[in-house]
Amino acid sequence: MEFIMAIVIGILFMAAVYLILSRSILKIIVGTGLLSHGAHLLILTMGGLGGTSPPVLANGVTDYADPLPQALILTAIVISFGVTAFILVLAYRSYAENKTDNMDLMRGNDEHD
Amino acid sequence: MNFVLLIFLPIVAALFIPLLFKKVKDIHTGWFVLLVPVSLFIYYIGFLKTTMDGGHAISELQWIPSLGISFVSYIDGLSLLFTLLITGIGALVVLYSIFYLDKRKEKLNHFYVYLLIFMSAMLGVVQSDNVISLYLFWELTSISSFLLIGYWNTRNASRFGALKSMMITVFGGLMMLGGFVLLGIMGDTFSIRELITNAPTFVSHEFFTLALVLVLLGAFTKSAQFPFHIWLPDAMEAPTPVSAYLHSATMVKAGLYLVARFTPIFAVSEVWIWLVAGIGLLTLFWGSFFAVKQTDLKAILAFSTVSQLGLIMSLLGVGALAYHSDDPIFKFATFAAIFHLINHATFKGSLFMIAGIVDHETGTRDIRKLGGLMSIMPVSFTVAFIGSMSMAGLPPFNGFLSKEMFLQSMLAIRHFELFNFATWGIIFPVIAWIASVFTFVYSFYFVFKTFAGQQKSEPLPVKPHEAPVGMLVSPVILATLVVAIFFIPNLIGKWLVKPAVMAVQPDLYSHPSEVAVHVAAWHGIAAPELWMTVSLVGVGFILFLTLARWQKMYDIQPQYLSLNALYDSAMLVGEGGMNKLSRFYMTGLIRTYLIYMFAFIASITAATLFIKEAFVVDMDSFSPVNMYGVLTAIVLVVSVCMVLIAKTRLSAIIALGAVGYSVALFFVIFKAPDLALTQLVIETISVALFLLAFKHLPSLNNHGQTKRNKLGNLIIAAGVGITVTLVALSAHSQKLIPSISQYYKDTVATEGGGGNIVNVILVDYRGFDTLFEIAVLSIAGIAVIAMIRLKLSRKEESTDENK
Repeated sequence: MEFIMAIVIGILFMAAVYLILSRSILKIIVGTGLLSHGAHLLILTMGGLGGTSPPVLANGVTDYADPLPQALILTAIVISFGVTAFILVLAYRSYAENKTDNMDLMRGNDEHD
Repeated sequence: MNFVLLIFLPIVAALFIPLLFKKVKDIHTGWFVLLVPVSLFIYYIGFLKTTMDGGHAISELQWIPSLGISFVSYIDGLSLLFTLLITGIGALVVLYSIFYLDKRKEKLNHFYVYLLIFMSAMLGVVQSDNVISLYLFWELTSISSFLLIGYWNTRNASRFGALKSMMITVFGGLMMLGGFVLLGIMGDTFSIRELITNAPTFVSHEFFTLALVLVLLGAFTKSAQFPFHIWLPDAMEAPTPVSAYLHSATMVKAGLYLVARFTPIFAVSEVWIWLVAGIGLLTLFWGSFFAVKQTDLKAILAFSTVSQLGLIMSLLGVGALAYHSDDPIFKFATFAAIFHLINHATFKGSLFMIAGIVDHETGTRDIRKLGGLMSIMPVSFTVAFIGSMSMAGLPPFNGFLSKEMFLQSMLAIRHFELFNFATWGIIFPVIAWIASVFTFVYSFYFVFKTFAGQQKSEPLPVKPHEAPVGMLVSPVILATLVVAIFFIPNLIGKWLVKPAVMAVQPDLYSHPSEVAVHVAAWHGIAAPELWMTVSLVGVGFILFLTLARWQKMYDIQPQYLSLNALYDSAMLVGEGGMNKLSRFYMTGLIRTYLIYMFAFIASITAATLFIKEAFVVDMDSFSPVNMYGVLTAIVLVVSVCMVLIAKTRLSAIIALGAVGYSVALFFVIFKAPDLALTQLVIETISVALFLLAFKHLPSLNNHGQTKRNKLGNLIIAAGVGITVTLVALSAHSQKLIPSISQYYKDTVATEGGGGNIVNVILVDYRGFDTLFEIAVLSIAGIAVIAMIRLKLSRKEESTDENK
């Protein structure tokens, strides 16, 4: 299963990088969203996908899924949500101020060096 | 008394100069300054007795003892000679400057502070026994020289000259520091005396030649040796007292001092002898040849200084042969070098002062406008005549003696057996002879074109008259010395030169009186150097008389082929090239920088993976394929493709939501209920946020992205994706240590008192993470509010900026 997941994660990263390299702000934000999905799945996969039952104590169960990566991912999800919300507002503000979402136009000119 | 502190006396005195300049307006500040070098000179005279007996005095002040760095005043024959030159000529120069610089018009508080800093630095250079403090003082001479050259800082030429000398001498200084550090590594000490003691073990060391070349680079740049001499003529923009002091008598001799001081360490090397003697001779020829081309009095003297420094340098190189041969003539060469060093300081100092006087009293230094000043300025003429004749090497002046000794040493080099000198040695006397002819020509050119002949019809800027007495005192004293040394050379030899020679070659002598040199003006009719002198006087005189005809020959060399043009274009190319380079890769586009980062990460990681042969896929470590997992994976990949090909923002956001929900499904399948819950909620809120911002967000747009751009992005993206997959596979296949999770599973009920392991980890085992995760969320929330509420009054500003 990890083999398939590794490929899926690779595809997620590839799509994310492709979008981040584009010129539109919205695409870049979408790209970062895909990137964090990829990273979360990567953490989960690296912990191993073998567990047969969720990491909640129950009688007679010994084969729990690894709880540590799950805790890490939970933290990461919340943080990435915070960051995504912020850059979304940032994009809104910069669009309102600069009247453009074209990254190629958003650059200092030589006088600002 | 702890006389190492005397090195700092001028710097301490400099602290009071601005105060005296502001408070005591009636007295020229220079009179106070004059006390410093005079008292130092008198004090240091007292050491003569010690050094004449071959002894030395030493005084140490710890600076950084743990690193073996200290200030040491080590006074032997060589450093005493330099110390006396620095303080003696320093006193004369200060006296001269009192009359040269106007106390009302000039910023004397600046001038004398710089000059006193320089004096301290120079004393430190020649007395330091510790190479690190030597380097400190060395750079201090560079800095104070920079300040003095740029003294009239409103002139472009002054600033250019100051910068140029700074660039070149600091370059050399840094190289020298490298050499010192290598010496420190080889000898395990920074003390020069101890290095000299350990020197025999250095020769076979791998750093030996490198250290040698680096130290020589420092010496050559400071002493204006070819091809680093180009800063010296430009340094002539400094006030004349500075040129007389720094750029003829003291600072430019710091390089000679360095070569002389390190001779006992490096003289065993063939490279040292060839470089010192060869570059010295080349500089001698180059300087004397181009001195005749100049039309500015100080430029003539600058090139003449370059040439004379080359002469002394080549003599030091020949003197180093004494370590390889018993022939007394090579020991004689070191004597000649030191002797000429004294002579040059006397006559060149006086000549610079005369050039300053001529400038001061006529308003120009252009030799083409001058002439016939002999009857108006008789004293200046006499001094200039004495100085020039000494420089040309004519009796009865001290330059004659040193010139004879120089020619004698150069003739002797033919007979040296080692290092290919038997083959190439013959060129030494030949070049020396040619250079001496040109020296003769420019000496005559300097004095007679200025003072003899007719006055030019074009009136001079200032009506010429003799200089005030105070200004003439210093040059007259120096000129008197020039004549006096001719008549009492052996006294000077005994007092100053022989102790210095012993310091340069400590292994060869145990007492200065063993330096068996007796200077004589007359060597008998059979001496070859006599005939060389006679012939060079004859040829030189003919060349001087026909000067007007052949001086045009210098115009053949095009401007752009000169060393100065090379320096200028190197500077321009350096500046422009670096600018172009950074403009080339710093495009200002975020995409470019992201490409650098992604490409770098992907290529480095993939390369490491394969070079280290870390790529392993172990099928056994993988868990069995789960049908639901495969289905979800397909859904996820399809949604990702939807995101990529979406034409409108709505479909892109919905597809992104689909990706998020399939990730949540994965969490369900892989037994992570808390994650699945969180992911569902967060994904819902995210999509809602996107939709909320929808109205204000721009529509999806390619912004004219070309196919080529897209292909480039695709390649980079594919590289990153593949790398991540490969790393993930290899990482999973090679687990080095077991997971810590077993501990959590075992103790969650007993230690944590809970049943949900993930939640107990979050709030109990690793609660700290959670605390700051909450902090992140709060900061993000505050920032979102701030971003929305923030009313920037930038509207007007931004329109201004875009004009």
